[in-house]
Amino acid sequence: MTQAGAAFVTLGGVEKSFGAVRALGGVDLDIAEGECVGIVGHNGAGKSTLMHILAGGATPDRGRLSIAGEDQHAYSASRATALGIRCVFQELSLCPNLTVAENARVFHPAIRGFNWRGRAGRLILDKLDEIFPGHGVGAGELIQDLSIGRRQMVEIARAFTVSDQPARLIILDEPTSSLDAHTAGQLLAHVRRSVAGGLSCTLISHILGEILQTCDRIAVMRDGRIVVADRAQAFDRASLIAAMGNVETAPPPTEADRRAVAGSERPVRVRMRPKRQPDAQDLVAREGEIVGLAGLAGHGQTDLLLATFAAAAGWRRGGAVNAAVALVAGDRQADGVFAQWSIAQNIGISSLARLRAGLLISPRREAALANSWRQRIAIRTQDVHANILSLSGGNQQKALFARALASAARIVLMDDPMRGVDYGTKLEVYGLIRDEAAAGRTFLWYTTETEELKNCDRVYVFRDGIIVAHLLRGELTEERIIQSSFAGAH
Amino acid sequence: MKRGMMTLLARPWLWSFVGALIMWLAAITFTGGYGGGGMLTAALSLSVFTVIVGIGQMFVITLGPGNVDLSLPANIGLASAVAMKVMDGSDSRVALGLLAALGCGLCVGVVNYLLIRALRIPPIIATLSASFVIQSVDISYGRGLQIKPPPGFADFTNIQIFGVPLLALLTLLLVAGAGIVLHRLVFGRSVSAIGQNIRAAYLAGVKVEPIRFATYALCGVLGGLDGALLAGYFRGANVDIGNEYLLASIAVVVIGGTSVAGGKANIPGVWGGALFLVLLLTMLNTFGVSAGIRLLLTGLIIVAVITAAGGAKAAR
Repeated sequence: MTQAGAAFVTLGGVEKSFGAVRALGGVDLDIAEGECVGIVGHNGAGKSTLMHILAGGATPDRGRLSIAGEDQHAYSASRATALGIRCVFQELSLCPNLTVAENARVFHPAIRGFNWRGRAGRLILDKLDEIFPGHGVGAGELIQDLSIGRRQMVEIARAFTVSDQPARLIILDEPTSSLDAHTAGQLLAHVRRSVAGGLSCTLISHILGEILQTCDRIAVMRDGRIVVADRAQAFDRASLIAAMGNVETAPPPTEADRRAVAGSERPVRVRMRPKRQPDAQDLVAREGEIVGLAGLAGHGQTDLLLATFAAAAGWRRGGAVNAAVALVAGDRQADGVFAQWSIAQNIGISSLARLRAGLLISPRREAALANSWRQRIAIRTQDVHANILSLSGGNQQKALFARALASAARIVLMDDPMRGVDYGTKLEVYGLIRDEAAAGRTFLWYTTETEELKNCDRVYVFRDGIIVAHLLRGELTEERIIQSSFAGAH
Repeated sequence: MKRGMMTLLARPWLWSFVGALIMWLAAITFTGGYGGGGMLTAALSLSVFTVIVGIGQMFVITLGPGNVDLSLPANIGLASAVAMKVMDGSDSRVALGLLAALGCGLCVGVVNYLLIRALRIPPIIATLSASFVIQSVDISYGRGLQIKPPPGFADFTNIQIFGVPLLALLTLLLVAGAGIVLHRLVFGRSVSAIGQNIRAAYLAGVKVEPIRFATYALCGVLGGLDGALLAGYFRGANVDIGNEYLLASIAVVVIGGTSVAGGKANIPGVWGGALFLVLLLTMLNTFGVSAGIRLLLTGLIIVAVITAAGGAKAAR
């Protein structure tokens, strides 16, 4: 592997918080000219935030950013582009209603005048031919008509195209997530060629084999910091996994384990199978169980929860759910809170049938229900008739928990509900969940925080929309979960 | 002081009554105090018809962005013809005729919902295209003839008690009932939840589609009722009888402080808005302005009121 030249980018003590959530807690990183730096870490480790800062999409709260030997003060996305920083992010940035050539033109304002469409098309097709020979994409095709893999190829090729502004550093954030093994190999080979030609690259991938093969240097992130950074040859798969998570010895069998074993006689509440599951692996949850759904974010856990919810309403087949279901949303604003309503109305909405006196909803009963939950899970408010938005985010989340737990539902689905919730609140809610489970409620709990899975009796690990592992509480370590979460064969 | 302002602004429906009062005062100032009571009686009589469809439209609009029933005028026209034909000029068949009008409105509501749901057409287009179909049915069914109401029914729609129309009193009961439906029934709560956030409502266990169905059906039924009453009041059904309720039903909802973005309904405001619209016309009539100017001013004033109401909300 080439030895790196002078530093192109230098990050010093970069910090970034989103509200109460600390995404980056002081990151130092150098990226040299002609170097490919791999960045690995678990969900929420801060990888994408770091890359957004580098691309000018987010401003650090504190810290130093120097590019091409100059400290950057008024740094922005357009400044980044002028300096030759290009990005391929997870969310594709192509306009679906435009053609391949037109999308290339959007990126290169320098292409103008007569036959701009033809010249933009040639630019992007030449690059596609260079990176992905035999790609099968035409310049006149609309992006929305392309498969997700081909879209990703266009997105990648576009980042490498050069018109008037140079390309000095390419940021690749999960570039291979929609590519098959063959095209992924073509991309990684192109990255090596480009790096040999003096380009810099940062590569984020959950496929550790790609990182180990492609990168000159690897930085491992955890909890918003770089915990290890070294030459790629210094790592292997096992040491990377070890660096990413707190490796712990398996906890000794506990009360919950015995319960899980003894519980196998209890009635099954939920039996669901992911739509694309190739084998007969079902997700099974019995009465009184807390079942975790683990794996990387967006690998089918939420889909399974929604399918379970729909199955309970009797609207979709393909699963058996034999009790009423309530759901605790993770994305509070989009999926949970009714912004014009009071706290009491927000809590009561899932229990309206029981709040009636005769035909009419009784405001007195509604307030009584809200007040009893306010005390039980310590929702910090003077008055349950105040608007829900008067609560802090964590307390809004508690109100959503109260909504689900106050309902008659025997099964509670939780869609990563602790996002942005502070530690104290979490502990209170964990205790509540354990109490409710002991009282016979069933919980399906999707979480991206491995720490939380310790509250579960059993855990299903998801990858690419299917269940890839089933771990009992006794077998539960972060290492096992990470190992199952990442593609195995590499 | 500031808190007083806040509470006032927090009740946007108050403005619609203030506006109605100003229109009335302007009109009687112009006439030198003559005919003030008569104007109020006439305004109450006429506003009843706007209030009835306004309540239906309010529930639909509260379902959230994009929900609106534009088939109300055609619905009113058809129901008026159906009611008059079934009554057939005979007082003994009034109840039957009313039921037929309600049933006719219900059918229109159901068809609207099916177009929206089964064919996934946006409500604004579904109800508008439905209204063309309904209007054609009405023309071929009524043959464009004006059918007279039974004398007993026509008299009933014009009864006044100490200057207050009986229909207005009955509509007051309807409005009170709508208030209970909105605030105290599971149905009303569900409508409000869907209007605020349809996805959150689904995930909270609200039966989204049955509620939407019921809302469009309710609006249709109220349109049917309105058609029958209008035919009685104006002594005859005709195709154009509901035309003015397209804009009026939406305007009174918005002037009354119901949120066009959905989720927040306001019932007293519908009354205030309807009175405001009727008195606005009365005032312009007493000023003796021409029909063209009258339409122009009506449009401008409605735009001004809605802008002011929106501005007050933004300031809050």
